[in-house]
Amino acid sequence: MTKNKTQPKKVNNKKDVDQVSGIETTGHEWDGLKELNNPLPRWWLWVWFATIVWSLFYFVAYPAWPTLSGATEGTSGYTQYKELKASQNEIEKRQAVYLERFENASFEEILADEALYKFASAGGRTAFMDNCATCHGTGAAGAEGYPNLQDDDWIWGGTIEDIYTTLKHGIRWDEDEDTRVSMMPAYGKDGVLTRDEIKSVVKYVMSLSDKSIHADEAGMTIFMENCAACHGEDGKGIPEMGAPNLADAIWLYGGDKHSIYETVYYARAGVMPAWQHRLDENTLRQISVYVHELGGGE
Amino acid sequence: MSVDNQIQFFEKQERIYPKRVTGKFRNLKWIIMIITLGIYYLTPFIRWDRGPNAPDQAVLIDLERARAYWFWIEIWPQEVYILTGILILAAIALFFVTSLFGRVWCGYFCFQTVWTDLFVWVERIVQGDRVKRKRLREGPWTFEKTYKLAITHLIWLAIAWWTAGSFVLYFNDAPTLVMSFFKFDVSPTVLGFMFGLTFSTYLMAGFAREQVCTFMCPYARFQSAMFDKDTLIIAYDETRGEERGKHKKGDTWEGRGHCVDCTACVQVCPMGIDIRDGLQMECIACGLCVDACNNIMDKLDLPQGLIRYDTENRMDELRVGKEPSKLHIMRPRTIYYTCILTVVGSLMLLALLSRAPLDMSVLHDRNPLFVKLSDGSFRNGYDVKILNKTHEDKTYALTVHGIEGAEVIVKSAGDVKAEKLFVPADSVGSYHILIKADVDAGPRRPVTLKLEDYASDIEDSYESIFVTQRD
Repeated sequence: MTKNKTQPKKVNNKKDVDQVSGIETTGHEWDGLKELNNPLPRWWLWVWFATIVWSLFYFVAYPAWPTLSGATEGTSGYTQYKELKASQNEIEKRQAVYLERFENASFEEILADEALYKFASAGGRTAFMDNCATCHGTGAAGAEGYPNLQDDDWIWGGTIEDIYTTLKHGIRWDEDEDTRVSMMPAYGKDGVLTRDEIKSVVKYVMSLSDKSIHADEAGMTIFMENCAACHGEDGKGIPEMGAPNLADAIWLYGGDKHSIYETVYYARAGVMPAWQHRLDENTLRQISVYVHELGGGE
Repeated sequence: MSVDNQIQFFEKQERIYPKRVTGKFRNLKWIIMIITLGIYYLTPFIRWDRGPNAPDQAVLIDLERARAYWFWIEIWPQEVYILTGILILAAIALFFVTSLFGRVWCGYFCFQTVWTDLFVWVERIVQGDRVKRKRLREGPWTFEKTYKLAITHLIWLAIAWWTAGSFVLYFNDAPTLVMSFFKFDVSPTVLGFMFGLTFSTYLMAGFAREQVCTFMCPYARFQSAMFDKDTLIIAYDETRGEERGKHKKGDTWEGRGHCVDCTACVQVCPMGIDIRDGLQMECIACGLCVDACNNIMDKLDLPQGLIRYDTENRMDELRVGKEPSKLHIMRPRTIYYTCILTVVGSLMLLALLSRAPLDMSVLHDRNPLFVKLSDGSFRNGYDVKILNKTHEDKTYALTVHGIEGAEVIVKSAGDVKAEKLFVPADSVGSYHILIKADVDAGPRRPVTLKLEDYASDIEDSYESIFVTQRD
């Protein structure tokens, strides 16, 4: 058998022109459908080439090439981190103008100086939102067990210095030596008072703020013997000892009979962290100004 | 079947060389051009004394301080509805005029037309009229062609630059900015706008020209919605003009039309159309063909008006041999537009007249809605913004009405009393206040905050609420 050499196909050089549109075809055909040779628009190609050139420039000028330790810097030396740093520096510089004055000013001076006050209040608000709002709420209105900072009832005192101390050392925060501690005995749980005695004293406590409630002598006696030492004989509380005012309209854990009963039976002991380890002095002072000016500061 | 012609997707722009024409509509166009361009170029230099603390430029848009000034009217950002009103008014006025007289806005007032007209005028002064211009442009590159084109473009660029500069002047103090140009001390923003607007003016009036009206302008596309058969259009009177044809002096006009096919109307048309083909979208109703034709009619001792402003209805009546009816100006369409114009215009006037030099806005605190105090009373917080639109520093007294024994506390540095709220001239004062009242918890109750300026008897009030319990 002779080897049958395959002849190379003869290339058809004749232009095939589509009859309908009058446009040359590419010679590709599928099931009778021919592909028209419509070239890309020239302008489109040029834009494409331009973007390629631009991308090369971009690769060189900006951080683009990944390496094991990050990415190349790029010849322009631009990174967003640098930009962030620069704008932060600028902000700090702007702050510094006030910060120096703020550091040297007393609370009294701050409250009287409009610029300083605005600076402190704005800074305090931001820090409050980041650190305090979790418990006290974004509007500082608190919740059950978390004091409302908008009102005028202060367990540990509402002057700006008091607020500052509370912030700095916290309440019942074991890690801080100077933390403020107040301890209410669990009268029911520890068996100091009987159930009936607690019921009686709860009624007396309620009568302190609600004049429509008439408490009996027994309740008053129990109060005087057990509670008055901290809450005062009139029940108005003693901020120095962290004993809440029981004669006003504000209740931290609820003012209904059941809530007060529970408070007396088990006692309450909320905890607030000491912030001096986490926030700097300026921030603490700014938050103090903010909280004081929320409306209830004394 | 074979298609011989190559499919063309885009048509090449055919250059139009409008011929010079004289006549009453051309004169009207010159006059309107001088007036409108005069207003545009000179307005920024008009001064208007507003006293201290305010710019003395009659028309100024002060972006930096967010104020707009128009002679005696001052617009603050929250009064931007006045601008909206003006735009609505302008749009309806445009529709109204269009329904009566067709596209006369396009033909006489539109800035595209006006600047194109100006650029064509420059072209004609430098390069000569239609035929010369055409020959020069299509001929070989000679020294004459080079320097004439160069001069044309230089003048165009100068006009464009001055146009861009004038625009920027509306946003800056005009004399100061002009001076700063001589000192080479202009902000990049100003320069950026000037380069952009110079380029766009040069491009639009120098090159794009009638293409803007035909392809880019949306108004050209929907103006037909304002048209009806009683709208004035540029009309070629077929019954009088046809059969058209060349005419020798002394020949009789018997049995033929008055159109001598001189194409004067085509040569002068800035849109490059033949009006004898009937009403077309491209026609901007500028009336130059009317002038051109009238001049020819005068020469032939024929009455004017072979091409004229007329209505489609009257043309139709002529065509069927009827006596043309009178112009219908009062039509449902024009009456609607008149009514809308009146209503919007009155509302605008009312808004402008009731502008107070003092404005207050109050926002009740949402977080918390209310605070219960130890004595059982309630306290609500409010953000109060006081807009002092006068050019003097003011002290206002804020009082609360609607709640018995309400106490107002201003939260601010130092000891600020509600009876003395200071707001500097031409600015907004922002205060946070607390209202404390010994009331029973209950549904929210209305409360009115009243602001008074004792010095000038100006006052404003704001209705808000006092909340004492969660709903």
